[in-house]
Amino acid sequence: MTTTQEILNGNRLALAKLLTKIENNAPEGQSALIELFAHTGKAHLIGVTGAPGTGKSSLVNQLALHYRKTENKKIAILAVDPSSPFTGGAVLGDRVRMRDLSGDANVYIRSMATRGSLGGLAQSTANMTQAFDAAGFDIIIIETVGAGQSEVDIAKLAHTTLVVEAPGLGDDIQAIKAGILEIADILVVNKADRPGVENTEKALKAMLELAHPTERIFRHHGSTMRTVAPAQKASASLTWIPPIKRTVSTEGTGIAELVESIAKHAEHLRISGDWAVRDRTRLQVELEALIQSSLMNRFREDVSEKKYNEVLEKISQRNLSPYEAVKLLMNGRLK
Amino acid sequence: MADKKIRVLVAKPGLDGHDRGAKVVARALRDAGMEVIYTGLRQTPEMIAEAALQEDVDVVGLSVLSGAHMALAPRIMELLRANGQTDVKVFIGGIIPDEDLSRLKEMGVAGVYGPGASTEDIIRDIKESFAG
Repeated sequence: MTTTQEILNGNRLALAKLLTKIENNAPEGQSALIELFAHTGKAHLIGVTGAPGTGKSSLVNQLALHYRKTENKKIAILAVDPSSPFTGGAVLGDRVRMRDLSGDANVYIRSMATRGSLGGLAQSTANMTQAFDAAGFDIIIIETVGAGQSEVDIAKLAHTTLVVEAPGLGDDIQAIKAGILEIADILVVNKADRPGVENTEKALKAMLELAHPTERIFRHHGSTMRTVAPAQKASASLTWIPPIKRTVSTEGTGIAELVESIAKHAEHLRISGDWAVRDRTRLQVELEALIQSSLMNRFREDVSEKKYNEVLEKISQRNLSPYEAVKLLMNGRLK
Repeated sequence: MADKKIRVLVAKPGLDGHDRGAKVVARALRDAGMEVIYTGLRQTPEMIAEAALQEDVDVVGLSVLSGAHMALAPRIMELLRANGQTDVKVFIGGIIPDEDLSRLKEMGVAGVYGPGASTEDIIRDIKESFAG
Protein backbone atom coordinates (compact mmCIF):
# COMPACT_ATOMS: atom_id res chain seq x y z
CA MET A 1 0.00 0.00 0.00
CA THR A 2 1.28 3.48 -0.76
CA THR A 3 1.89 6.06 1.96
CA THR A 4 -1.01 8.09 0.63
CA GLN A 5 -3.40 5.15 0.92
CA GLU A 6 -2.17 4.36 4.43
CA ILE A 7 -2.70 7.95 5.54
CA LEU A 8 -6.19 8.08 4.05
CA ASN A 9 -6.95 4.83 5.87
CA GLY A 10 -5.93 6.37 9.17
CA ASN A 11 -2.63 4.56 9.73
CA ARG A 12 -1.03 6.46 12.61
CA LEU A 13 2.52 5.22 12.07
CA ALA A 14 2.41 6.27 8.41
CA LEU A 15 1.08 9.69 9.46
CA ALA A 16 3.78 10.04 12.14
CA LYS A 17 6.50 9.27 9.61
CA LEU A 18 5.03 11.61 7.00
CA LEU A 19 4.93 14.45 9.53
CA THR A 20 8.64 13.89 10.20
CA LYS A 21 9.43 13.94 6.49
CA ILE A 22 7.50 17.17 6.06
CA GLU A 23 9.28 18.70 9.03
CA ASN A 24 12.65 17.62 7.65
CA ASN A 25 11.76 19.03 4.26
CA ALA A 26 12.42 15.64 2.67
CA PRO A 27 11.40 15.02 -0.97
CA GLU A 28 9.20 12.02 -0.01
CA GLY A 29 7.14 14.40 2.13
CA GLN A 30 6.58 16.63 -0.86
CA SER A 31 5.45 13.84 -3.16
CA ALA A 32 3.01 12.53 -0.54
CA LEU A 33 1.57 16.03 -0.08
CA ILE A 34 1.01 16.33 -3.81
CA GLU A 35 -1.14 13.20 -3.71
CA LEU A 36 -2.90 14.16 -0.49
CA PHE A 37 -3.71 17.74 -1.45
CA ALA A 38 -6.99 16.86 -3.15
CA HIS A 39 -8.20 15.39 0.16
CA THR A 40 -7.59 18.59 2.14
CA GLY A 41 -9.78 21.62 2.81
CA LYS A 42 -12.28 19.96 5.14
CA ALA A 43 -10.86 20.61 8.61
CA HIS A 44 -11.52 23.59 10.85
CA LEU A 45 -8.12 25.07 11.73
CA ILE A 46 -8.00 26.74 15.13
CA GLY A 47 -4.93 28.76 16.11
CA VAL A 48 -4.15 29.29 19.78
CA THR A 49 -1.50 31.84 20.62
CA GLY A 50 -0.48 34.05 23.54
CA ALA A 51 2.43 34.90 25.81
CA PRO A 52 4.30 32.11 27.61
CA GLY A 53 2.56 31.04 30.80
CA THR A 54 -0.95 32.16 29.89
CA GLY A 55 -2.12 28.53 29.91
CA LYS A 56 -2.39 27.77 26.21
CA SER A 57 -1.55 24.07 26.50
CA SER A 58 -4.02 23.51 29.34
CA LEU A 59 -6.66 25.37 27.34
CA VAL A 60 -6.00 23.24 24.26
CA ASN A 61 -6.26 20.15 26.46
CA GLN A 62 -9.69 21.29 27.69
CA LEU A 63 -10.90 22.25 24.23
CA ALA A 64 -9.97 18.85 22.85
CA LEU A 65 -11.58 17.07 25.80
CA HIS A 66 -14.75 19.06 25.27
CA TYR A 67 -14.89 18.32 21.54
CA ARG A 68 -14.33 14.63 22.22
CA LYS A 69 -17.11 14.52 24.82
CA THR A 70 -19.73 16.49 22.94
CA GLU A 71 -19.13 16.13 19.22
CA ASN A 72 -17.14 12.94 18.60
CA LYS A 73 -14.79 14.75 16.27
CA LYS A 74 -11.26 13.70 15.40
CA ILE A 75 -8.82 16.21 16.85
CA ALA A 76 -5.23 16.90 15.87
CA ILE A 77 -3.03 19.18 17.94
CA LEU A 78 0.15 20.71 16.58
CA ALA A 79 2.08 22.24 19.48
CA VAL A 80 4.93 24.51 18.41
CA ASP A 81 7.68 25.43 20.88
CA PRO A 82 10.87 27.41 20.24
CA SER A 83 14.23 25.91 19.29
CA SER A 84 17.35 27.25 20.94
CA PRO A 85 18.93 29.81 18.62
CA PHE A 86 22.35 28.70 19.89
CA THR A 87 22.31 24.91 19.79
CA GLY A 88 19.26 24.20 17.60
CA GLY A 89 17.93 21.89 20.30
CA ALA A 90 14.54 22.20 21.97
CA VAL A 91 12.54 20.94 24.91
CA LEU A 92 8.94 20.46 23.85
CA GLY A 93 6.81 20.30 26.95
CA ASP A 94 3.24 20.90 25.83
CA ARG A 95 2.28 17.24 26.21
CA VAL A 96 2.75 17.56 29.97
CA ARG A 97 -0.52 19.55 30.11
CA MET A 98 -2.33 17.24 27.72
CA ARG A 99 -2.12 13.95 29.55
CA ASP A 100 -5.93 13.76 29.82
CA LEU A 101 -6.02 13.13 26.08
CA SER A 102 -3.84 10.04 25.99
CA GLY A 103 -5.50 6.74 25.30
CA ASP A 104 -7.97 8.32 22.87
CA ALA A 105 -7.30 7.05 19.35
CA ASN A 106 -9.18 10.03 17.88
CA VAL A 107 -6.75 12.56 19.29
CA TYR A 108 -3.31 13.03 17.79
CA ILE A 109 -0.79 15.34 19.48
CA ARG A 110 2.37 16.33 17.68
CA SER A 111 5.07 18.58 19.12
CA MET A 112 7.17 20.68 16.79
CA ALA A 113 10.22 22.86 17.30
CA THR A 114 10.54 26.14 15.42
CA ARG A 115 14.06 25.19 14.20
CA GLY A 116 14.82 28.87 13.80
CA SER A 117 13.77 28.92 10.17
CA LEU A 118 12.46 32.26 9.00
CA GLY A 119 9.35 31.80 6.91
CA GLY A 120 10.08 28.12 6.51
CA LEU A 121 8.39 27.40 9.79
CA ALA A 122 5.06 28.69 8.58
CA GLN A 123 5.51 26.55 5.48
CA SER A 124 6.16 23.29 7.29
CA THR A 125 3.37 24.03 9.76
CA ALA A 126 0.98 24.58 6.86
CA ASN A 127 2.09 21.32 5.27
CA MET A 128 1.67 19.41 8.52
CA THR A 129 -1.88 20.69 8.92
CA GLN A 130 -2.56 19.52 5.36
CA ALA A 131 -1.40 16.03 6.31
CA PHE A 132 -3.75 16.03 9.31
CA ASP A 133 -6.57 17.39 7.16
CA ALA A 134 -6.14 14.63 4.57
CA ALA A 135 -5.92 12.02 7.34
CA GLY A 136 -9.49 12.97 8.28
CA PHE A 137 -9.05 15.11 11.37
CA ASP A 138 -12.07 17.41 11.72
CA ILE A 139 -10.45 19.97 13.99
CA ILE A 140 -6.79 20.91 13.91
CA ILE A 141 -5.53 23.04 16.77
CA ILE A 142 -2.23 24.84 16.21
CA GLU A 143 -0.66 26.11 19.42
CA THR A 144 2.17 28.65 19.23
CA VAL A 145 3.95 30.97 21.59
CA GLY A 146 2.93 34.46 20.56
CA ALA A 147 6.30 36.09 20.63
CA GLY A 148 7.20 37.07 17.11
CA GLN A 149 6.30 37.51 13.49
CA SER A 150 6.63 33.84 12.58
CA GLU A 151 4.00 33.01 15.18
CA VAL A 152 1.71 35.62 13.71
CA ASP A 153 2.21 33.93 10.33
CA ILE A 154 1.27 30.59 11.83
CA ALA A 155 -1.84 32.07 13.37
CA LYS A 156 -2.80 33.36 9.92
CA LEU A 157 -3.04 29.76 8.82
CA ALA A 158 -6.04 29.27 11.03
CA HIS A 159 -9.69 29.87 10.26
CA THR A 160 -10.23 30.92 13.86
CA THR A 161 -7.48 32.41 16.01
CA LEU A 162 -7.72 32.51 19.80
CA VAL A 163 -5.40 34.90 21.60
CA VAL A 164 -4.94 33.84 25.21
CA GLU A 165 -4.29 36.40 27.92
CA ALA A 166 -4.02 36.04 31.66
CA PRO A 167 -4.48 38.54 34.51
CA GLY A 168 -1.42 40.39 35.69
CA LEU A 169 0.63 40.30 32.52
CA GLY A 170 0.45 43.93 31.44
CA ASP A 171 -1.59 47.09 31.49
CA ASP A 172 -3.86 48.66 28.89
CA ILE A 173 -0.90 50.01 26.93
CA GLN A 174 0.15 46.44 26.22
CA ALA A 175 -3.33 45.83 24.92
CA ILE A 176 -3.21 48.59 22.30
CA LYS A 177 0.27 47.73 21.05
CA ALA A 178 0.24 46.31 17.57
CA GLY A 179 0.83 42.64 17.23
CA ILE A 180 -0.87 39.51 18.26
CA LEU A 181 -4.05 41.05 19.66
CA GLU A 182 -4.90 42.25 16.16
CA ILE A 183 -5.03 38.72 14.84
CA ALA A 184 -7.54 37.57 17.45
CA ASP A 185 -10.92 36.29 16.37
CA ILE A 186 -11.66 35.39 19.97
CA LEU A 187 -9.90 36.76 23.04
CA VAL A 188 -9.58 34.39 25.96
CA VAL A 189 -8.82 35.60 29.45
CA ASN A 190 -7.53 32.41 31.01
CA LYS A 191 -6.78 31.91 34.72
CA ALA A 192 -9.93 33.95 35.31
CA ASP A 193 -10.01 32.85 38.95
CA ARG A 194 -7.01 35.08 39.60
CA PRO A 195 -7.19 38.63 40.94
CA GLY A 196 -7.03 41.33 38.28
CA VAL A 197 -9.25 39.53 35.79
CA GLU A 198 -11.61 42.54 35.59
CA ASN A 199 -8.75 44.86 34.69
CA THR A 200 -7.44 42.54 32.00
CA GLU A 201 -10.90 42.20 30.53
CA LYS A 202 -11.49 45.96 30.69
CA ALA A 203 -8.20 46.67 28.92
CA LEU A 204 -9.06 44.22 26.14
CA LYS A 205 -12.56 45.67 25.78
CA ALA A 206 -11.16 49.18 25.53
CA MET A 207 -8.73 48.01 22.90
CA LEU A 208 -11.54 46.49 20.86
CA GLU A 209 -13.62 49.66 21.12
CA LEU A 210 -10.73 51.79 19.93
CA ALA A 211 -10.42 49.86 16.74
CA HIS A 212 -11.82 46.44 16.25
CA PRO A 213 -10.53 44.71 13.17
CA THR A 214 -13.43 45.31 10.82
CA GLU A 215 -11.14 44.87 7.87
CA ARG A 216 -8.18 42.72 7.30
CA ILE A 217 -5.10 44.00 5.60
CA PHE A 218 -2.83 41.56 3.94
CA ARG A 219 -0.03 41.73 1.45
CA HIS A 220 -0.50 40.61 -2.07
CA HIS A 221 2.37 40.60 -4.56
CA GLY A 222 4.27 42.92 -2.31
CA SER A 223 1.58 45.58 -2.15
CA THR A 224 -0.71 46.15 0.79
CA MET A 225 -4.32 45.28 0.10
CA ARG A 226 -7.43 45.63 2.15
CA THR A 227 -10.31 43.27 2.28
CA VAL A 228 -13.85 44.67 2.30
CA ALA A 229 -13.89 48.13 3.84
CA PRO A 230 -16.37 48.61 6.71
CA ALA A 231 -18.65 50.95 4.75
CA GLN A 232 -19.02 48.45 1.95
CA LYS A 233 -20.14 45.64 4.22
CA ALA A 234 -23.68 44.58 3.43
CA SER A 235 -24.77 44.90 7.02
CA ALA A 236 -23.27 45.38 10.43
CA SER A 237 -24.21 41.84 11.34
CA LEU A 238 -21.55 40.59 8.97
CA THR A 239 -18.84 42.31 10.97
CA TRP A 240 -17.21 40.03 13.48
CA ILE A 241 -16.29 41.67 16.74
CA PRO A 242 -13.98 39.44 18.75
CA PRO A 243 -15.75 38.28 21.89
CA ILE A 244 -13.86 38.13 25.17
CA LYS A 245 -14.24 34.81 26.99
CA ARG A 246 -13.19 33.99 30.54
CA THR A 247 -11.83 30.54 31.25
CA VAL A 248 -10.12 28.62 34.01
CA SER A 249 -8.57 25.82 32.04
CA THR A 250 -7.27 23.86 35.01
CA GLU A 251 -10.91 23.37 36.05
CA GLY A 252 -12.61 23.46 32.67
CA THR A 253 -14.62 26.57 33.57
CA GLY A 254 -15.87 28.55 30.56
CA ILE A 255 -14.79 25.96 28.02
CA ALA A 256 -18.32 25.17 26.80
CA GLU A 257 -18.92 28.91 26.19
CA LEU A 258 -15.61 29.21 24.37
CA VAL A 259 -16.43 26.26 22.13
CA GLU A 260 -19.76 27.92 21.37
CA SER A 261 -17.93 31.11 20.32
CA ILE A 262 -15.62 29.10 18.08
CA ALA A 263 -18.63 27.49 16.42
CA LYS A 264 -20.25 30.91 15.97
CA HIS A 265 -17.09 32.22 14.38
CA ALA A 266 -16.96 29.31 11.96
CA GLU A 267 -20.59 29.99 11.06
CA HIS A 268 -19.82 33.68 10.60
CA LEU A 269 -16.94 32.80 8.27
CA ARG A 270 -19.19 30.63 6.15
CA ILE A 271 -22.08 33.10 5.98
CA SER A 272 -19.92 36.14 5.25
CA GLY A 273 -17.79 34.29 2.73
CA ASP A 274 -14.66 34.91 4.78
CA TRP A 275 -14.02 31.19 5.03
CA ALA A 276 -13.25 31.04 1.33
CA VAL A 277 -11.30 34.31 1.49
CA ARG A 278 -9.09 33.04 4.28
CA ASP A 279 -8.64 29.71 2.58
CA ARG A 280 -7.58 31.44 -0.61
CA THR A 281 -5.27 33.84 1.22
CA ARG A 282 -3.62 30.94 3.01
CA LEU A 283 -3.07 29.01 -0.18
CA GLN A 284 -1.78 32.14 -1.86
CA VAL A 285 0.76 32.68 0.89
CA GLU A 286 1.81 29.08 0.48
CA LEU A 287 2.09 29.41 -3.28
CA GLU A 288 4.18 32.55 -3.04
CA ALA A 289 6.50 31.01 -0.48
CA LEU A 290 7.01 28.03 -2.77
CA ILE A 291 7.65 30.28 -5.76
CA GLN A 292 10.22 32.18 -3.73
CA SER A 293 12.06 29.09 -2.63
CA SER A 294 12.04 27.49 -6.06
CA LEU A 295 13.25 30.72 -7.69
CA MET A 296 16.01 30.74 -5.11
CA ASN A 297 16.88 27.14 -5.99
CA ARG A 298 16.88 27.91 -9.70
CA PHE A 299 19.13 30.88 -9.05
CA ARG A 300 21.55 28.63 -7.16
CA GLU A 301 21.60 26.22 -10.08
CA ASP A 302 22.32 29.01 -12.56
CA VAL A 303 24.99 30.79 -10.61
CA SER A 304 27.89 28.70 -9.42
CA GLU A 305 29.09 28.99 -5.87
CA LYS A 306 32.42 30.24 -7.22
CA LYS A 307 30.84 33.11 -9.15
CA TYR A 308 28.66 33.94 -6.20
CA ASN A 309 31.66 34.13 -3.88
CA GLU A 310 33.57 36.27 -6.36
CA VAL A 311 30.73 38.76 -6.37
CA LEU A 312 30.55 38.68 -2.60
CA GLU A 313 34.27 39.38 -2.45
CA LYS A 314 33.88 42.36 -4.81
CA ILE A 315 31.14 43.71 -2.57
CA SER A 316 33.32 43.29 0.52
CA GLN A 317 36.11 45.19 -1.27
CA ARG A 318 33.62 47.98 -1.98
CA ASN A 319 34.24 47.51 -5.70
CA LEU A 320 30.61 46.69 -6.33
CA SER A 321 27.44 47.67 -4.54
CA PRO A 322 24.93 44.98 -3.57
CA TYR A 323 22.38 46.57 -5.92
CA GLU A 324 24.71 46.33 -8.92
CA ALA A 325 25.62 42.80 -7.89
CA VAL A 326 21.98 41.73 -7.96
CA LYS A 327 21.57 43.17 -11.46
CA LEU A 328 24.65 41.33 -12.66
CA LEU A 329 23.66 38.04 -11.06
CA MET A 330 20.03 38.10 -12.17
CA ASN A 331 20.83 38.99 -15.76
CA GLY A 332 23.43 36.29 -16.04
CA ARG A 333 25.87 38.89 -17.30
CA LEU A 334 28.50 37.87 -14.85
CA LYS A 335 31.94 37.17 -16.17
CA MET B 1 17.50 20.93 2.01
CA ALA B 2 16.84 18.17 4.53
CA ASP B 3 17.04 19.21 8.15
CA LYS B 4 17.09 16.07 10.27
CA LYS B 5 17.20 16.30 14.06
CA ILE B 6 17.37 13.53 16.63
CA ARG B 7 14.00 13.47 18.40
CA VAL B 8 13.94 12.08 21.92
CA LEU B 9 10.99 11.30 24.17
CA VAL B 10 11.94 11.71 27.82
CA ALA B 11 9.38 9.97 29.98
CA LYS B 12 8.87 8.97 33.57
CA PRO B 13 6.91 5.73 33.79
CA GLY B 14 5.55 4.47 37.07
CA LEU B 15 4.78 6.13 40.31
CA ASP B 16 7.89 7.80 41.64
CA GLY B 17 7.66 11.58 41.58
CA HIS B 18 11.29 12.62 41.25
CA ASP B 19 11.88 14.16 37.86
CA ARG B 20 14.99 16.23 38.53
CA GLY B 21 17.15 13.65 36.77
CA ALA B 22 14.83 13.48 33.76
CA LYS B 23 14.85 17.28 33.49
CA VAL B 24 18.65 17.48 33.74
CA VAL B 25 18.95 14.93 30.93
CA ALA B 26 16.28 16.69 28.85
CA ARG B 27 18.15 19.97 29.19
CA ALA B 28 21.51 18.36 28.34
CA LEU B 29 20.09 16.73 25.21
CA ARG B 30 18.56 20.05 24.20
CA ASP B 31 21.97 21.70 24.56
CA ALA B 32 23.39 18.93 22.40
CA GLY B 33 21.04 20.05 19.62
CA MET B 34 18.38 17.37 20.00
CA GLU B 35 14.63 17.90 20.12
CA VAL B 36 13.34 16.59 23.41
CA ILE B 37 9.68 15.90 24.01
CA TYR B 38 9.06 15.83 27.72
CA THR B 39 5.97 13.99 28.93
CA GLY B 40 5.88 14.67 32.65
CA LEU B 41 5.36 12.37 35.61
CA ARG B 42 3.45 9.13 36.16
CA GLN B 43 3.12 7.87 32.64
CA THR B 44 1.83 4.41 31.89
CA PRO B 45 3.70 2.27 29.35
CA GLU B 46 0.70 2.74 27.03
CA MET B 47 0.93 6.53 27.29
CA ILE B 48 4.66 6.45 26.57
CA ALA B 49 4.31 4.18 23.54
CA GLU B 50 1.48 6.32 22.20
CA ALA B 51 3.50 9.52 22.61
CA ALA B 52 6.53 7.87 20.97
CA LEU B 53 4.36 6.92 18.00
CA GLN B 54 2.64 10.30 17.56
CA GLU B 55 5.93 12.14 17.87
CA ASP B 56 7.81 9.65 15.65
CA VAL B 57 10.82 9.82 17.96
CA ASP B 58 14.18 8.17 17.32
CA VAL B 59 14.93 7.62 21.00
CA VAL B 60 12.88 6.92 24.12
CA GLY B 61 14.62 7.85 27.38
CA LEU B 62 13.03 6.41 30.52
CA SER B 63 13.73 7.62 34.02
CA VAL B 64 12.83 5.05 36.69
CA LEU B 65 13.75 5.50 40.34
CA SER B 66 11.09 3.26 41.83
CA GLY B 67 12.71 -0.10 41.19
CA ALA B 68 9.95 -1.12 38.79
CA HIS B 69 12.16 -1.02 35.71
CA MET B 70 12.02 -4.79 35.13
CA ALA B 71 8.24 -4.53 34.84
CA LEU B 72 8.00 -1.24 32.97
CA ALA B 73 10.84 -1.49 30.46
CA PRO B 74 9.81 -4.81 28.84
CA ARG B 75 6.20 -3.64 28.54
CA ILE B 76 7.25 -0.40 26.85
CA MET B 77 9.61 -2.25 24.46
CA GLU B 78 6.80 -4.64 23.60
CA LEU B 79 4.33 -1.82 22.87
CA LEU B 80 6.85 0.09 20.74
CA ARG B 81 7.42 -3.02 18.64
CA ALA B 82 3.70 -3.76 18.41
CA ASN B 83 3.20 -0.25 17.03
CA GLY B 84 5.80 -0.90 14.36
CA GLN B 85 8.46 1.34 15.90
CA THR B 86 11.17 -1.29 15.69
CA ASP B 87 14.00 1.19 15.08
CA VAL B 88 13.42 3.26 18.21
CA LYS B 89 16.35 3.09 20.66
CA VAL B 90 15.48 2.85 24.34
CA PHE B 91 17.75 4.28 27.05
CA ILE B 92 17.08 3.97 30.78
CA GLY B 93 18.34 6.06 33.66
CA GLY B 94 17.70 5.73 37.38
CA ILE B 95 18.41 3.34 40.19
CA ILE B 96 19.18 0.12 38.31
CA PRO B 97 20.92 -2.74 40.20
CA ASP B 98 23.91 -4.25 38.36
CA GLU B 99 22.28 -7.67 38.14
CA ASP B 100 19.51 -6.25 35.96
CA LEU B 101 21.90 -4.68 33.46
CA SER B 102 22.49 -7.75 31.30
CA ARG B 103 18.80 -8.63 31.21
CA LEU B 104 17.87 -5.13 30.11
CA LYS B 105 20.55 -5.25 27.41
CA GLU B 106 19.22 -8.63 26.24
CA MET B 107 15.78 -7.09 25.92
CA GLY B 108 17.27 -4.58 23.52
CA VAL B 109 17.75 -1.59 25.80
CA ALA B 110 20.49 0.50 24.19
CA GLY B 111 21.97 2.05 27.34
CA VAL B 112 21.53 2.10 31.11
CA TYR B 113 22.72 4.94 33.37
CA GLY B 114 22.87 5.01 37.14
CA PRO B 115 23.62 7.75 39.65
CA GLY B 116 26.74 9.71 38.73
CA ALA B 117 26.51 8.99 35.01
CA SER B 118 27.64 11.99 33.01
CA THR B 119 25.34 13.66 30.53
CA GLU B 120 28.25 13.68 28.03
CA ASP B 121 28.23 9.88 28.07
CA ILE B 122 24.49 9.78 27.40
CA ILE B 123 24.79 12.28 24.54
CA ARG B 124 27.75 10.42 23.04
CA ASP B 125 25.94 7.05 23.23
CA ILE B 126 22.80 8.43 21.62
CA LYS B 127 24.76 10.06 18.82
CA GLU B 128 26.85 6.92 18.28
CA SER B 129 23.75 4.76 18.06
CA PHE B 130 22.81 6.75 14.95
CA ALA B 131 26.25 6.88 13.39
CA GLY B 132 26.87 4.45 10.52
